[in-house]
Amino acid sequence: MTGELLLEVKDLHVHFPTPDGVVKAVDGLSFKVHRGETFGIVGESGSGKSVTNLTALGLIDRDAAEVSGEVLFMGHDLLKMSNEELRKVRGKDLSMIFQDPFSCLHPFYRVGDQIAEAIQCHADLSKDKVKARVIEMLDAVGIPNPTERARDYPHQYSGGMRQRAMIAMALVHNPSLVIADEPTTALDVTVQAQILELIDNIKRDFNIGVILITHDLGVVADVAQSVMVMYAGRAAELGSRDQVFNQPLHPYTWGLLESMPHIEQKGSRLVPIEGSPPSLIHRPSGCPFHPRCPHRFEPCDKQIPENIDRGGGHPDACHLSIEDKKKIWSEREQRRSRVSA
Amino acid sequence: MLQYIIRRLLWSVVMLLLISMIVFVIFFVLAGGGREVAVRMSGKNPSPRNIENTIERLGLDQPIYVQFGKYVWNALQGDLGRDYHNGLPVTSQVLSHLPATASLAIGASIVWLMIGIPIGVISALKRRSLMDRGAMLFALMGVSLPTFWLGLMVVFLFDFRLNWYVVGEYERLTVDPVLWFRALWLPWLVLAVTQAAFYTRMVRGNMLEVQGEDYIRTARAKGLRERSVIRHALRSALTPVVTMYGLDVGILMGGAIITEAIFNIPGIGTLTVSAINAANFPVIMGTTLVASFAVIAANLLVDIVYASLDPRVTYS
Repeated sequence: MTGELLLEVKDLHVHFPTPDGVVKAVDGLSFKVHRGETFGIVGESGSGKSVTNLTALGLIDRDAAEVSGEVLFMGHDLLKMSNEELRKVRGKDLSMIFQDPFSCLHPFYRVGDQIAEAIQCHADLSKDKVKARVIEMLDAVGIPNPTERARDYPHQYSGGMRQRAMIAMALVHNPSLVIADEPTTALDVTVQAQILELIDNIKRDFNIGVILITHDLGVVADVAQSVMVMYAGRAAELGSRDQVFNQPLHPYTWGLLESMPHIEQKGSRLVPIEGSPPSLIHRPSGCPFHPRCPHRFEPCDKQIPENIDRGGGHPDACHLSIEDKKKIWSEREQRRSRVSA
Repeated sequence: MLQYIIRRLLWSVVMLLLISMIVFVIFFVLAGGGREVAVRMSGKNPSPRNIENTIERLGLDQPIYVQFGKYVWNALQGDLGRDYHNGLPVTSQVLSHLPATASLAIGASIVWLMIGIPIGVISALKRRSLMDRGAMLFALMGVSLPTFWLGLMVVFLFDFRLNWYVVGEYERLTVDPVLWFRALWLPWLVLAVTQAAFYTRMVRGNMLEVQGEDYIRTARAKGLRERSVIRHALRSALTPVVTMYGLDVGILMGGAIITEAIFNIPGIGTLTVSAINAANFPVIMGTTLVASFAVIAANLLVDIVYASLDPRVTYS
């Protein structure tokens, strides 16, 4: 499954100094993304999933943030690049799809022209070639009558079509890696499925890597091969989809899975995770999840758990021993199936 | 589109009718009724016979709505009545004062755009820099300095001290362009300072707001050069400026009373002031109608232009 290594994030920290204290949006994060895989990043709002990727692309205010670590994209550290070097990577080898297609396209420019701009800023092509490429891309993402629709303004598109146009824009230069930041959150459920399928098809047809950022475990379960669960700017757990969904190791992941509705468990109550996400300025001591964790024990409020791979390429950050984890999870699973039975 | 313009034009006529009705009623009440008007219209120390003649000639004994109807009918044919004092047609007086006001308004508006937009944009791009702080100080001062004070100060400085300017030299552009410019450059600046300050703040605010928009992030994410990203931002940030600009120029076309008075420019403002001082009601009516017309026309123009700038706006 694993192709060429595209992106390697090593010990990334992104801190924003504010008058109220330092916001530690990302606090020691490492992961790898390969060609041909969809890498899902899951976490609730404020867990640092978007900041991680905006930092990689240099789309955060570099002056306002303290960034350390490495973000190696095809061997080059994006964090060390000048703005101009980064610009040459953005939209060419590494492109991004954003959450809200309603606000992500400029309302005053025609959709086709906005895609044409994306082509022209990295390639010197004749007008006719650019136009042909725009129409080709709109067609590839499933916009009907692409020649006519290219002349439309964004407000004349539906939400799903705008997201398709955004995807077309992201793909014009056959990038190696596409970062999709909550690409379906703002869309209707039926359209969500279409867009996810489109992203999945594109990944396969173009043989690219995709980072799919979402707060929706269902989305990840559908299309991702690897999953990273983020909590308070750190990776709680990182593994293949099967590992994370079938043998989850982190109590936070357990909570997420249990709070997800299952169609076959009709009638059972969803189990919410108690408490609320921690302040990123005044983090809890020790493990950031310990105040909400039902399995916390003696070291949890004192020592920050290291992210350790206990074999199987499935690292997690939790003080519980692997045996305890397995035991607790199987108990929780049994309890859940009993309730639903 | 054409349908929209026609509909708006018809509404403009209704608006003008309403305004003239209000002004007409005020005029009659203020003037003290038809007899008082006749007294004023009959020259110095008129005899009762003269006054009766005037009343009859102008139909001042008729009901007010008949007189209003006549006024409107005449106005539609371009006749705004006659000056109380010199008996000249109001229309020709207003028209002869219009070029000076138009020169002042349009010239000043170009100056304030040339100051306000670049400073506002640079200020937003170099936020919190020395340049930005300086620009904001200028904006604060510009907004705070009253025109009557600033105008008098610059006249004192440039006319009395430095002899770079002479008040009251105004000549029409078509007659003597050099004199025209020499008389207008300083009032342009004075009038532009306050407006430029407003525009600077507006443009800066718009730019800062737009820079936080998702589509600007998209523009960066697709790898556009910073100059193109700024172009995207400007397109959004400057569009509302068009609206403000049109309305401001429209309002100024009704006469920049203080500036015209200080620099002794024979425009609508000066005409209005002297008419008010002399209780010269037909002239007041005339300038008021011209001012209203300018504002209404500017509004219409702005709406048409705006709809062509923002594709989301439709004519309906």
